[in-house]
Amino acid sequence: MTKNVFRIQPASGIPIYVQLIEQVKHAVESCLLMPGDQLPGIRTLSQQLVISPNTVVKAYTELDREGVIALRHGAGAFVADRGAAPDRAEDVPLARGLVKDLVKKLRRHGWSDDEIRRFVDAELTFEEVRR
Amino acid sequence: MIIETHDLVKMYRRSVAVDGLNLAVPEGSITGFLGPNGSGKTTTIKMLLGLVRPTSGEGFVFSEPIAEDRASVAIRSRTAYVSEDKRLYSYMTARQILDFTRPLYPNWSRRRERELLLRFNLPLDRKFSGFSKGMRTKLALVLALARSAPLLILDEPSEGLDPIATEHMLVAVIQAAAEGATVFFSTHQISQVERVADRVIILQSGRLVLEGSLEDLRARYRRIHLAFPMRAPVEEMQLDGVCKASSQGHVVSLLADGHLEEITGHAHAMGAISVTVEPVGLRELFLESVDEPCSTGVPACVEVEEEPHDLSSHDPS
Repeated sequence: MTKNVFRIQPASGIPIYVQLIEQVKHAVESCLLMPGDQLPGIRTLSQQLVISPNTVVKAYTELDREGVIALRHGAGAFVADRGAAPDRAEDVPLARGLVKDLVKKLRRHGWSDDEIRRFVDAELTFEEVRR
Repeated sequence: MIIETHDLVKMYRRSVAVDGLNLAVPEGSITGFLGPNGSGKTTTIKMLLGLVRPTSGEGFVFSEPIAEDRASVAIRSRTAYVSEDKRLYSYMTARQILDFTRPLYPNWSRRRERELLLRFNLPLDRKFSGFSKGMRTKLALVLALARSAPLLILDEPSEGLDPIATEHMLVAVIQAAAEGATVFFSTHQISQVERVADRVIILQSGRLVLEGSLEDLRARYRRIHLAFPMRAPVEEMQLDGVCKASSQGHVVSLLADGHLEEITGHAHAMGAISVTVEPVGLRELFLESVDEPCSTGVPACVEVEEEPHDLSSHDPS
């Protein structure tokens, strides 16, 4: 299933491990991955996505540090079972609502969808560097 | 470090092929080795393998000095090599070459051999002399990957391969790395490096122009576009972190290595009405780092003077 869920864009200039982290988080938020689900092993995922195993290690380590997944030595990587996860799911409609309002407002000011998308991307890219 | 060189130089009669190269390739990494034609990639690889003698400087593979014959044998016994020309015994069939090569390597993996042969779909009973460029590359890859060597040095391993075979090659490389091998490969396909490599080394005229972890480079470099209401004050934008600056009319385009806050802050202070920041892919970084024109008209690498000895044509031996 991960083969179709995770999509890596190596040419985008965004670090691949960052792309992978975002996509795992997104899969968890949208319930494609549930607490306790096992993630593919490092070797398997690196071969599926045709990316370096070291990149997968880096992403998994970071996700483990953030508590999104749990790395169990010898057993593999599992989606963390944490109280915050359901709360987060409830937050999603709120976040979507905020974005919806913003998009509506920008459209009213005459910005096209492509332009709006670029604004958001530019802002995120800039923030990512600032962090 | 599995590979390390210090001020490595190779001079041919009229030209410098490799010009003071300092390389460091960490164990277990996948390193993509990029550079325009004639930038010294193959000469560097041949020096690492003892096939070409350095003019000066020094290098180590597995901590063994590359310029000493005995040490070089030890290096080659642990290094699988796919040479640029992929030349093998032309009078043998693929099957004969495999049968001949297999017993030479104690760690030969029959499983890996079978897997690769299946994926590559090679005509095993055809003589090597009748092989296309792509088939030659495939067979050279099978020989290199099946011996389970701790270091793979691949000189253009995707040469002549179709997209499917290229994908199989990359997966095989990743598999080897996942099992602990260090991989060092040269290529002209930037997209391959972007996808599978941990580190990149870019040569231009025998010199190193960009080197580092790909994820670091992706995190560091940004393209910044600034629009001004007047003619762009490009000369005012030579700040710390600005690698390249160009302007066209009222727009300035910068390639920045960090320092984004200062650069965009300064731009606003100069009256920029629009500031956009975008990530930079490896293709762009590559083109930016090698676009300095060559200082001489002579190609940097002309291998005429020193004919590499027999070992250069692959090494089943």
